[in-house]
Amino acid sequence: MFTQSTGFPKHLSTEQIEEFGREVDAIRDEVFENLGDRDRAYILRLIRAERFMALGGRFIMLFSMWLLPVFGLPFGGWLPLSLGVGFGAVLLGLAKILENMEIGHNVMHAQWDWMKDPEIQSNTWEWDNVGPSDQWIHSHNVVHHTWTNVIGKDPDVGYGLLRVTPEQRWKPKYLLQPFTNAILALLFQWGVGLNDIIWADKTNAGPKKVLFKRFLRKAYRQLRKDYFSWPLFAGVLAGVTGWALGVEMLSTAFIAIGITLLGNLLANGMRNVWTNVIIFCGHFPDGVHHFRPEDIEGETRAHWYVRQLMGSCNIRGGKLFNIMSGHLSFQIEHHLFPDMPSNRYPEVSLRIQALTERYGLPYNTGSFFRQYGTTTLKIWRLAFPGGGQVATS
Amino acid sequence: MKSPLETTNNKPKASLRSQVMRAVDSFAFPLRTSHYVELVNPLWSTHKMQARVVKVWDETRDARTITLRPGLNWRTHRAGQHVRVGVPVGGKHYTRTYTISSEPERDDETFTITVKAISDGKISPHIVRNIKVGDYLPIGLPQGDFFLPDAQPVLPLFITAGSGITPAISMIRSLIAKERLPNTVHIHYAPHELDVIFGKQLREMAATHERYQLHEVHTHSYGELKQTKGYFNDEQINALCPDWREREVYACGPPGLVAALEQHFEKAGRSRHLNIERFLADFAPVPDGAVGGLVKFARSEAEIEASHDMPLLRVAEEAGLNPPHGCRMGICHTCNTTLISGSVRDLRSGKLITGDGSTVQTCVCAAAGDCVLDQ
Repeated sequence: MFTQSTGFPKHLSTEQIEEFGREVDAIRDEVFENLGDRDRAYILRLIRAERFMALGGRFIMLFSMWLLPVFGLPFGGWLPLSLGVGFGAVLLGLAKILENMEIGHNVMHAQWDWMKDPEIQSNTWEWDNVGPSDQWIHSHNVVHHTWTNVIGKDPDVGYGLLRVTPEQRWKPKYLLQPFTNAILALLFQWGVGLNDIIWADKTNAGPKKVLFKRFLRKAYRQLRKDYFSWPLFAGVLAGVTGWALGVEMLSTAFIAIGITLLGNLLANGMRNVWTNVIIFCGHFPDGVHHFRPEDIEGETRAHWYVRQLMGSCNIRGGKLFNIMSGHLSFQIEHHLFPDMPSNRYPEVSLRIQALTERYGLPYNTGSFFRQYGTTTLKIWRLAFPGGGQVATS
Repeated sequence: MKSPLETTNNKPKASLRSQVMRAVDSFAFPLRTSHYVELVNPLWSTHKMQARVVKVWDETRDARTITLRPGLNWRTHRAGQHVRVGVPVGGKHYTRTYTISSEPERDDETFTITVKAISDGKISPHIVRNIKVGDYLPIGLPQGDFFLPDAQPVLPLFITAGSGITPAISMIRSLIAKERLPNTVHIHYAPHELDVIFGKQLREMAATHERYQLHEVHTHSYGELKQTKGYFNDEQINALCPDWREREVYACGPPGLVAALEQHFEKAGRSRHLNIERFLADFAPVPDGAVGGLVKFARSEAEIEASHDMPLLRVAEEAGLNPPHGCRMGICHTCNTTLISGSVRDLRSGKLITGDGSTVQTCVCAAAGDCVLDQ
């Protein structure tokens, strides 16, 4: 049903693969040599925009409480209230997506370390996510980017929850995977945060107990902000307004708390689903290659490039889509050059495509519908045993 | 409410203000409130200090005074002190140290730095030509021990050259503003009359304050690139300031001038009365047979072979690390790190630092054999 293949392409000799590696290196060097003011302006502008959006979203939600019908203020009513809170929540959700994908993910990949800006450094950046940054850096940069698509080595091949290639042995638990996948999407930041702890023994991340304690500490502060501090603020605002206008204070405050909770839940949920969808399009669509541990024995840097290329998939989209996906719509370029500033991926992509054509290598790209569609179909089909003959190309 | 790891209770009790700030910051986690306040006005941020460029003014063909309005938490400098300034050039962030040229008594809540473009430099030409009014620059707090003591000298003598004028003019302006100007002599070296930074102001001050005697020494003729007239020498100082043996000397200038002054005052047995501010760290000659070694940066798990004369800060940067740094001349201690084992040489004195656990200023120390640093 699906084109499944493992291992390195057989039509290229070792010398040819090494030459491919040299050409990829040359592209990388060229870009790194002319990084400059333009790139710095890009990331600074983006961080500024994201912070404005987050702050704006939260305050729009907060002051929407004055639209509660009980106050009888002008423009009040349930419809304006839900529009106001909805708009604020979506704005906050979009900010969280930017913060997670184009800013946090890329800063922590050390894409902006070359600027030496003390504010924007991979080792000090903390993101708006329940998992602590350094634990994510370990599970993602160290483990996933090194062992990309090597079965049994890369935790991101199904995250231990899903069967995404017939290469994985079927187990009864996979029968539920269409359902598991939906839950994972909704709670994605928790999955990402716990990923490093679950795989800690295999990946030498450290003692689980310590990791978990630090995870809890970060998660507690995240939860406190979104589900305690801000709702309480809204509750106080509504309560005080109620007192001033002579309406029932306490119940009004509780309604405001509840509405803000829901708004923040929507913002986080939106971010969770979006990041899950984009990330699943990176390594699971039809045609992606997997590797067995024995395939990569004695792997050189050039082989690693080929594996990154064959194990990743792009999504075609416009400029805004690229930014909102953290340029993971250029997953192939991202895997070849994880520490290259993401705003350079579009220009590099053209050169990589031309290169793959000359070397007869695959370049897996397609519309969002094609990439996410085949990913979903695969998750449904592979819930059951079988699912395709594995071709060793 | 306490987070699980925050339960160590033997800390001193936090002030009310910091408790309130902590509570407010919980709304902005993982950032701080200051990161959002910065969006409204960068000068109000407290997580880093910035200054707004409010005026630029060319002093000479290659020197420019930049007037900066610092943010909250600024503390007034003492005349003669310097400040660290962060400058992005080509997308990269650099830190350089400049003397504050304005007097602390200035009351418009701004201060000035005066920068001379070094022709083959990277940062100074950028500051002189590309910084615009309205730009925001990260700054540090005023630092440095080159300032007039509270018990101010009875008979000061300033000897400055080129942009070495900056701490001196801050001190002299300060003395005038406090109406406590003593009998002061100032010898200043510059290529020619029109190349004197603050030339007009200096001459005006000399005209209005009879206790301030200015002697300009012009070392070049117009249009000449090479020096034709004398630099500092014994006859010159005897002619310009016969009572120099009674004076407390404050000097700032390029290494050549500083070396000549040190020699002169040493000979006269008055080294104790010579206070010097240097442009660059003055490195001692490295003994023959000095060798570099393998430098290990323990925390970054990087190691690199280093020569005996390359400062460890540059070694770390060559190894691809980005350690914190400030002045790069051994005065601000931003780059301090701990020596875990091995030995390093302080390039200023030539002395070896060996004790495990001793503090190393990486910008002025080089490897002396293999060493391990906690960085």
